[in-house]
Amino acid sequence: MNAIELEPSPALQEEEPGNYLSESHTVASWLLTTDHKRIGILYLYSILFFFIIASFAAATMRLELLNPQGSLVLSETYNKLFTIHGVLMVWFFLIPSIPAVLGNFTIPMMIGARDVAFPRLNLLSWYIFIGGGLFALYSIVSGGVDTGWTFYTPFSSTYSNTHVIAMAAGVFVAGFSTIITGLNFMVTIHKMRAPGLTWFRLPLFIWSLYSTSLIMVLATPVLAITLALLSLERFWGIGIFDPKLGGDPVLFQHLFWFYSHPAVYIMILPGMGVISEIIPCFARKRIFGYYFVAFSSVAIAVLGFLVWGHHMFVSSQSVYAGLIFSLLSFIVSVPSAIKVFNWTATLYKGSISFETPMLYAFGFIGLFTIGGLTGLFLASLGADVHLHDTYFVIAHFHYIMVGGMVMAFMGGLHYWWPKITGRMYPEFMGKIAALVTFIGFNLTFFPQFLLGYLGMPRRYHTYPPEFQIFHILSTAGASILGVGYLLPLIYFIYSLRYGKKAGPNPWRATGLEWQTSSPPPKDNFLRTPVVKRAPYDYSPFEEEHPQNV
Amino acid sequence: MRLFPSEASSVAPEVDHLVLFLIGLSLIFIVLIFLPLVYFAFKYRRGTKADRTPPRLAQWKLEVTWSIIPLLLMMGVFAWGASLYFHIERPPADAFEINVVGKQWMWKVEHQEGVREINAIHVPVGRSVKLVMTSQDVIHSFFIPDFRIKQDVVPGKYTTEWFNAAKPGSYYLFCSQFCGTDHAKMIGRITVMEPPAYESWLASNSSGGTLAVAGAKLFTELGCSGCHGANSKVRAPKLEGIYGKPVPLEGSVFQIADDKYIRDCILQENHLHVAGFQPLMPTFKGHASEEELMELIAYIKSLGRTNPEEDVNLEGTK
Ligand code: HEC
Ligand SMILES: [Cu+2]
Ligand SMILES: [Cu+2]
Repeated sequence: MNAIELEPSPALQEEEPGNYLSESHTVASWLLTTDHKRIGILYLYSILFFFIIASFAAATMRLELLNPQGSLVLSETYNKLFTIHGVLMVWFFLIPSIPAVLGNFTIPMMIGARDVAFPRLNLLSWYIFIGGGLFALYSIVSGGVDTGWTFYTPFSSTYSNTHVIAMAAGVFVAGFSTIITGLNFMVTIHKMRAPGLTWFRLPLFIWSLYSTSLIMVLATPVLAITLALLSLERFWGIGIFDPKLGGDPVLFQHLFWFYSHPAVYIMILPGMGVISEIIPCFARKRIFGYYFVAFSSVAIAVLGFLVWGHHMFVSSQSVYAGLIFSLLSFIVSVPSAIKVFNWTATLYKGSISFETPMLYAFGFIGLFTIGGLTGLFLASLGADVHLHDTYFVIAHFHYIMVGGMVMAFMGGLHYWWPKITGRMYPEFMGKIAALVTFIGFNLTFFPQFLLGYLGMPRRYHTYPPEFQIFHILSTAGASILGVGYLLPLIYFIYSLRYGKKAGPNPWRATGLEWQTSSPPPKDNFLRTPVVKRAPYDYSPFEEEHPQNV
Repeated sequence: MRLFPSEASSVAPEVDHLVLFLIGLSLIFIVLIFLPLVYFAFKYRRGTKADRTPPRLAQWKLEVTWSIIPLLLMMGVFAWGASLYFHIERPPADAFEINVVGKQWMWKVEHQEGVREINAIHVPVGRSVKLVMTSQDVIHSFFIPDFRIKQDVVPGKYTTEWFNAAKPGSYYLFCSQFCGTDHAKMIGRITVMEPPAYESWLASNSSGGTLAVAGAKLFTELGCSGCHGANSKVRAPKLEGIYGKPVPLEGSVFQIADDKYIRDCILQENHLHVAGFQPLMPTFKGHASEEELMELIAYIKSLGRTNPEEDVNLEGTK
């Protein structure tokens, strides 16, 4: 009853062949590996490291904001904290999270390949990423940067006295790692698919990562150019953005958002892809509207390039430009809505179970929907004038980035954990953590919508006392959210040793990655699989005669 | 605990209506999405006896329905938001002007009557006020939550923002664009007064001449009058009456002589020159502060008035 049939009978799994982890244990075997699975794990450790630093920055800010006068840190420090938080979370955690960790690990297996198209380039991409990270860390350790992750000029280019160039260099360098990864994924998806795996037999996760890669390759160079121009002005005083030198400060914003709005989709499309894998599996249903879900990813990737000006409605750009950017921003919301409707329709007449990945998927739909709907408030010109640069914006994008992408990342990590490690995580603890994360998240960020509408501007280290109650709620939520992230860290480590053996396919999933042992052998498959059917060949009845993969 | 800021300007209720509509629309979508989600999750949870025969849904029809209906709704919301935006962005013709200069980390305010304030603005209730704003360093943003208005204040150009205050009282004024160390301290107060109280406040605070008078003084001090004055030997264009009119420039282009145009004439070395004149005018970059530039503009503007009751030309060239 498999969607995919291996040429030889799958009895081969029983004798536990050597796997990609047991193959060699030396440090060099990790640092010089070209195995996409090991590189995925290298990325996992690296982004975890940056996530922890960025979370500490956030925690310190939340503590600081308990008090309207701000007694914990100086304003200089506060400004550096939110810059560290933003830069590290965006470029060193979110952007590589699902693509470079889960994508690296699963793409070749999901398409029945032995590795990505350019394995050595893949390793190079990780080294470049670490190189960028070192620049960023240097800039933090040597005193920090106070521009915010948006680096607006002429503050960043002329007025700030902090280590802007080092930080910009970090982001610049890390960008090349993104470009290379995107390129590698695109070529891999084009060229390395197993026999019979046509485009419309691809899992939707692949479609979403393909669209993401498109954005990575096309948008990231613009960021590199922008940061290079910023550094030119800062270092040599070449007038580009500072009006005192004959430049135009709003030009910077156009360039920055021309990259950064598409980058928002780098930070959500992969999450949508993960959800499209989890829901059919735990609902035992074929995905509803495969073509619509697939093409909505592509539509988002393309339209995402045309809406950057919605970050600039009050920047002094022309009101007519504002009109067009607002119109296109409303239009780009439709493909996202289509996905949500199709996921919901997939559940209809399914056979639904609620293991941890599915709980995260439900959490994703809930939080992403709220994030998306509040995006309409910001796309609406008349309302955005009031809401822009307030906590409303902060709440909105955290609902998308954390409520969406991080929930999906956690869901995906739980879903593929058995494949990655060969062990199950403790299910009960998993469910508790998913629930705690959901509650903590809402308590942290929902009050910020109210705070924003009341007029609390973002990036304020001190604030009028009437806003305090909302900040207290938010900080309380953040503490709960912290527990929600700490729990998986503990039980994942625990499961490496004590988790029960997963077997090749604990979820009875249909993807190719589940048709090989867990953890997979170095070359993924002992023989190249041949695909004969469409993906998600699930049936709600199969529990009566369970699959014997 | 307040959940809504007070509606202290003429546009505030309009923005709130739009936002309340958006909240209503969001709630409808939330019900439409979450209700089936929860219902399916419950009804079709594994182990229950539910009818699971593969549904025969008209997939195309469903997809088209749930794409088109949101799209149409979006277009409606877009149109509403856009028309409100044009209302918020475009000052009415009868608005009176107040100048604002942002700098790290304070707001400097100049009334046409010559009154100067820092981190505070006094305005009368029920009259349209247009702020003409610029920054002398980085980008700031002038945000009055109770008025629902915000506009970035950008160095090198003038941006405008207008309001018509609806209720007397004192309201927060925030800088909402991150501008450096003390961004969070760039807070002021806007005081809305009944017109008589406002008049007496103006009278008791004005220390001397109007902005145009200050501008006239600068016009001589900086040597502008040496070329632009009536008795000058240099062939330079007369500035009387140019404000707001199209000026013929080299290469038969026309440009409206607005604030930004005059500012560029004074500061930029390579601006387009007025047709028929030699490019003799030196740049005054670094010699005039943002406030002084605004005063010069106020003066040149006053030269255009047809009824010269406030003819403040010190040289008596008229
Ligand atoms: C050395 C003589 C000279 C001085 C001093 C001078 N200007 Fe000019 N100005 C000119 C000339 C000549 C032009 C026309 C050519 C051009 O546009 O450059 C001109 C053009 C202008 C214009 C554009 C007029 C139009 O019809 O569009 C403005 C406004 C102006 N000047 C304002 C000033 C101000 C304010 C000052 C003092 C800060 C000043 N000028 C000082 C010579 C001068
Ligand atoms: Cu955007
Ligand atoms: Cu500021």
